[in-house]
Amino acid sequence: MKLAIKLAFRNLIGAGLRTWLNVIVLSFSFVIIIWMKGVITGWDHQAKIDMTNWQIGEGQYWHENYDPYDPFTLNDSHAPVPEILREEVRQDSMTPLLISQGTIYPQGRLQSIMIKGLDPHQKIFHLPSHKLDTTISDAIPAIIGSGMAKNLQLGISDRVMIQWRDTEGTFDASEICITDIFSVNVPAVDQGQIYIPLNELRSMLNLEDEATILTYNNVRTDRSDVTGWIHKSKEELTSSVDELIKVKTAGTSVLYAVLILLAMLAIFDTQVLSIFKRQKEIGTYIALGYTRREVVGLFTVEGTMHAVFAALLSAAYGIPFLTWQAKNGWTMPMDTSEFGMAIAQTLYPVYSAGLVAGTVLIIMTVTAIVSYWPSRKIAGMNPTEALRGRIQ
Amino acid sequence: MENSSIIKIENLVKKFPMGKGEFTALSGIGLTLSQGEFAGLIGPSGSGKTTLLNIIGSLDVPTSGLVKVLGQSISELNAKESARLRKENLGFIFQSYNLLAVHTVYENVEFPLLLLGLSSGERKKMVMDALEWVGLTDKIRSKPPQLSGGECQRVAVARAMVKKPSIVLADEPTANLDAANSHNILKTMEELNRELKTSFLFATHDEKVINYLHRKIFLLDGRIDKDEVVSN
Ligand SMILES: Nc1ncnc2c1ncn2[C@@H]1O[C@H](COP(=O)(O)OP(=O)(O)OP(=O)(O)O)[C@@H](O)[C@H]1O
Ligand SMILES: [Mg+2]
Repeated sequence: MKLAIKLAFRNLIGAGLRTWLNVIVLSFSFVIIIWMKGVITGWDHQAKIDMTNWQIGEGQYWHENYDPYDPFTLNDSHAPVPEILREEVRQDSMTPLLISQGTIYPQGRLQSIMIKGLDPHQKIFHLPSHKLDTTISDAIPAIIGSGMAKNLQLGISDRVMIQWRDTEGTFDASEICITDIFSVNVPAVDQGQIYIPLNELRSMLNLEDEATILTYNNVRTDRSDVTGWIHKSKEELTSSVDELIKVKTAGTSVLYAVLILLAMLAIFDTQVLSIFKRQKEIGTYIALGYTRREVVGLFTVEGTMHAVFAALLSAAYGIPFLTWQAKNGWTMPMDTSEFGMAIAQTLYPVYSAGLVAGTVLIIMTVTAIVSYWPSRKIAGMNPTEALRGRIQ
Repeated sequence: MENSSIIKIENLVKKFPMGKGEFTALSGIGLTLSQGEFAGLIGPSGSGKTTLLNIIGSLDVPTSGLVKVLGQSISELNAKESARLRKENLGFIFQSYNLLAVHTVYENVEFPLLLLGLSSGERKKMVMDALEWVGLTDKIRSKPPQLSGGECQRVAVARAMVKKPSIVLADEPTANLDAANSHNILKTMEELNRELKTSFLFATHDEKVINYLHRKIFLLDGRIDKDEVVSN
């Protein structure tokens, strides 16, 4: 084996350009696969962090009737904060959110919205809720996301009418005044959402002390459902991200397969060409005392060594590139707010040792197989014919 | 090794499949070679010289008959054993040199020693000795494509001789060389034969080579036609 490595090394270096072309193609596979997987992992991290910071905290209690996909349930999805959770609310490690359906009339148009009552003093979300802690004559202070602001063509201190129905079903209307616009990557927090002070919404709906969702920020494992409320762990709440990542990973796997396939075609071609072009050399190895199996081994090592060289080359330019990417991020060329999912404009790839080791291992293994496959033919060669270079 | 006979052939037949039938390349060959001979198989093209040399070199097997090289029967060796026989005891020289083109002269000559697993110190000494025998110590870093035909064949001789094998099998070693280079190579081999007691068996129809041989075995249509020892 040691001798095979030494000889394979000499042969590959001696083969010059062809070796380097193969190595370059292979090294692209290494770097691009690691980079793309890193971007997806980075996206996963970013999406979950953003959701934690803006939408779900470390977990939530949902009113048992609440269904985010059915706005008509909102009329019945509210209840007073349960007694056993009140202490946490008092300590600011939990915050109530009251949600109601409403209508907004920007420039005379009608648009359906969610009105969310948010505690101006909450410490769970990054939402600029303190901007709700103000009094404005004849209007309710409100904050909205930048996507919503763009959609409604609203700016700070603009006023607009909103309409809602209280629990008796009576329509009521009021003017709101935008006190802040925040920028967020989580569409569920932005699109169609308007945040007003919790107490304001409570009195608008006649639902003193009530809430739809309770969000906490302390990690505790002993949580479970409370009467009338369903506990949603962070894992459950982020499972949609996992789903999305899974789909994305499957999509990019096709690209990895194509990349690896291209590299493998180059290696395979080289190997097939080698056993035909180097028949005399093969015969010579045998005459000098190699068995045919040992020659198969030598050619397999030679082919596989392309992947070793490629890994080294990849390290040479890949490490600086990947590090630079992790630091500066990859800014997507299109506007990601239109994607309808929690994705930042700039993604910061995250690489794990497992990702790198796995990629290297897979490529090495595939290269070894692709190198061995055509080389098997040598085992059946007649050495005297090989020496004459006569095998067709 | 019985009575210093290193090659012993009895009633050797070699047939090749051809079309539906067979082609008999060698038949009824009987031959004994002793240690230190400088012998050659002489015959026209197609007479079976290469075929016989290949069988002696355990690169091919007889169809029937007995071929013993250094006491080992060629037909009974498995792949590993025959590779070992070549690795340890046989040296090959080919008409077309068969050097490893991407390896240096030094590396080419070193190759058989790598197969034998010798230490780098031992290898270095032996390679330099061998290159000295053929007068190529100044070309160790060159690669075969940079050498003349004569130089290539001298590298091949050094590679065959470096491990001091018992037998060197040389198939038309001068076919690609001019007269001066042919004589050069032959003189070198003759000297090595004398000094190291290495046995040489050539296959040739080149007059220049024939003149150097101490024993001439004439082949005709796969049979031994004449076997004469030259007294000098
Ligand atoms: N593998 C083979 N299959 C079929 N026939 C073969 C094979 N090898 C050799 N022969 C035939 O056996 C005969 C002897 O061939 P061989 O190569 O031994 O001749 P040679 O004496 O070395 O000739 P040359 O001087 O041209 O090298 C030839 O007729 C050749 O065609
Ligand atoms: Mg021949």
